Amino acid sequence: MNPMKQITPIAYRLLLVVLIAAPFLGAYPVFVMKLMCFALFASAFNLLLGYTGLLSFGHAAFLGGSAYVAGHAMKVWGLTPELGLLAGTLAGALLGWIFGLLAIRRQGIYFAMITLALAQMLFFIALRAPFTGGEDGLQGVPRGKLFGVIDLRNDLAMYYVLLVIVLAAFLLIARTIRSPFGQVLKGIKENEPRALSLGYDVARYKLLAFVISAALSGLAGSLKTLVLGFATLSDVHWSASGQVILMTLVGGLGTLSGPLVGASVVVVIENKIGEVGQLLAGLTGIEWPHSLGESVTMVMGALFVICVLAFRRGIMGEVIDFAQKRRQGRWGVSQNGSNQPAIRSGGVR
Amino acid sequence: MDLFNLPNPPLSALLSQLLLGLVNGSFYAILSLGLAVIFGLLNVINFAHGAMFMVGAVLTWMGLAYFNAGYWAMLVLAPAIVGLFGMLTERLLLRWIYKLDHLYGLLLTLGFTLLVEGAFRSVYGVSGLTYDTPDALSGATDLGFMFLPNYRAWVVVVSLGICFVTWFLIERTRLGAYLRAGTENPRLVEAFGVNVPLMITLTYGFGVALAAFAGVLAAPVIQVSPLMGQNLIIVVFAIVVIGGMGSIMGAILTGLALGVIEGLTKVVYPEASSTVVFVVMVIVLLIRPAGLFGTQK
Repeated sequence: MNPMKQITPIAYRLLLVVLIAAPFLGAYPVFVMKLMCFALFASAFNLLLGYTGLLSFGHAAFLGGSAYVAGHAMKVWGLTPELGLLAGTLAGALLGWIFGLLAIRRQGIYFAMITLALAQMLFFIALRAPFTGGEDGLQGVPRGKLFGVIDLRNDLAMYYVLLVIVLAAFLLIARTIRSPFGQVLKGIKENEPRALSLGYDVARYKLLAFVISAALSGLAGSLKTLVLGFATLSDVHWSASGQVILMTLVGGLGTLSGPLVGASVVVVIENKIGEVGQLLAGLTGIEWPHSLGESVTMVMGALFVICVLAFRRGIMGEVIDFAQKRRQGRWGVSQNGSNQPAIRSGGVR
Repeated sequence: MDLFNLPNPPLSALLSQLLLGLVNGSFYAILSLGLAVIFGLLNVINFAHGAMFMVGAVLTWMGLAYFNAGYWAMLVLAPAIVGLFGMLTERLLLRWIYKLDHLYGLLLTLGFTLLVEGAFRSVYGVSGLTYDTPDALSGATDLGFMFLPNYRAWVVVVSLGICFVTWFLIERTRLGAYLRAGTENPRLVEAFGVNVPLMITLTYGFGVALAAFAGVLAAPVIQVSPLMGQNLIIVVFAIVVIGGMGSIMGAILTGLALGVIEGLTKVVYPEASSTVVFVVMVIVLLIRPAGLFGTQK
């Protein structure tokens, strides 16, 4: 038996138990909810980069665009939360379809640049459009009542509703990856010309993967608006796209659990780095770490550089690799698993 | 208010926006040229190009503020410093990822960008630093039909000069022939006894020095700030997609043309001026996916 196969379900169940119990263990519910939104965002992104080999540099457009649409639907049109989320998700899917149609005309590095440029265009539109509130963002989005019954203004109710939705979305991603469709995506990532020569309509598969990823990112953005009550320009800014790449990279490209871990690491670093700096300054008596909180960008940059140069498999990639190596050591079975670098050029570029 | 809502904008406004567009187009041209040269040999899309542009501009400001080094000194010094810095980063960081997928190059230079911009931001904040136009180029010349600000004319002329020199170096000299051969087949060139790793280092240094040069030129016209390169680099990416990275001349022409289109949009429909480049990119992708000067591999 593969030890990972035994450990993995236990680990996921443990995580679920921790998440269910988190509000009673003293965790601040809104922070954990924000974390879950980003975990979903990163998982949706990983479906594209980790499993299809497409680097989208424009996922902020789906997160932020949907956040605005959901917020507008719930605040101005007065839609119920479930309809607001649906509107946001559909907006993500629609944007994803448009972006995808344009971007899959080019490959590799151009794909990344096109998605980045399209997302930047959406950023400028969000900056100017009347309904986004410009620099101030869309404020005061009401949480309302889910199905007219569950009052989401209660943080605890909101927390469990969010947990259920994120869990469902995550299971959907896991199911997609294990489905025949997901296998074709992996095939395209490994060797695109071969997938093409086997008769797969590669462009259509890529587009569909892009739309699914965008729709789920849109769901993450809509949930974020619902939880926090606002949508701002920072969600559509390209740095959000960079952030989700970093989350996936830190956690482990092409691993199911990687984005969850990566999102937690990045969000925690972002929110707590100021405190860590204070602590370091207090411990060492050196003045410099005090300003660590102001240099989040630099820490993120350093993380990027370290990950790309020395740590391409990411945290979960290393864990899985370690488990597989142990297994090989004990049973001497050769196993070609995920011990190659995660992005590989599929032959002709 | 009626003055500004005339259906046909006055000729002088049109011409001055055209000139402003040419100035921006010059920056686009120099930057996309540098990106194309670097990509050709290194197979890395240099996200840090915008940050290097910014460093060039901030260095110019620092030169005057701390060392009393004027515009003309910095026009030489800033690109030299950034070029050396670029060569150092190529040796220390980029060298390790050439064998990997191109995408890692983008991610590495993105991380590097965040580091550099973060560092400058922690010192200078996000508000702009002002830099005065050098005395020799201040003022404007009356051309009869419009006033031509001397500095803007200078930027356009010197940028075109630099672009032409670079084009000539790469397309018409022996050194450029090595470079083009290295782009085509680095291993074969190495077999002929050319020091390809050194050539790569120098090329990267040259590319980012070009970006810094544009930064110096920009210091008196655009507000100098640690974030000035961010939005610019994304526009330049769109321009690279429009032009394709296959040809040096293509990069130059596309850059200039898009600058002019942007300038004209400011006259006709100002609201769209920040998005027009992306709209053009979408149209080009629909009609000619490989880009205007590119060939689809």
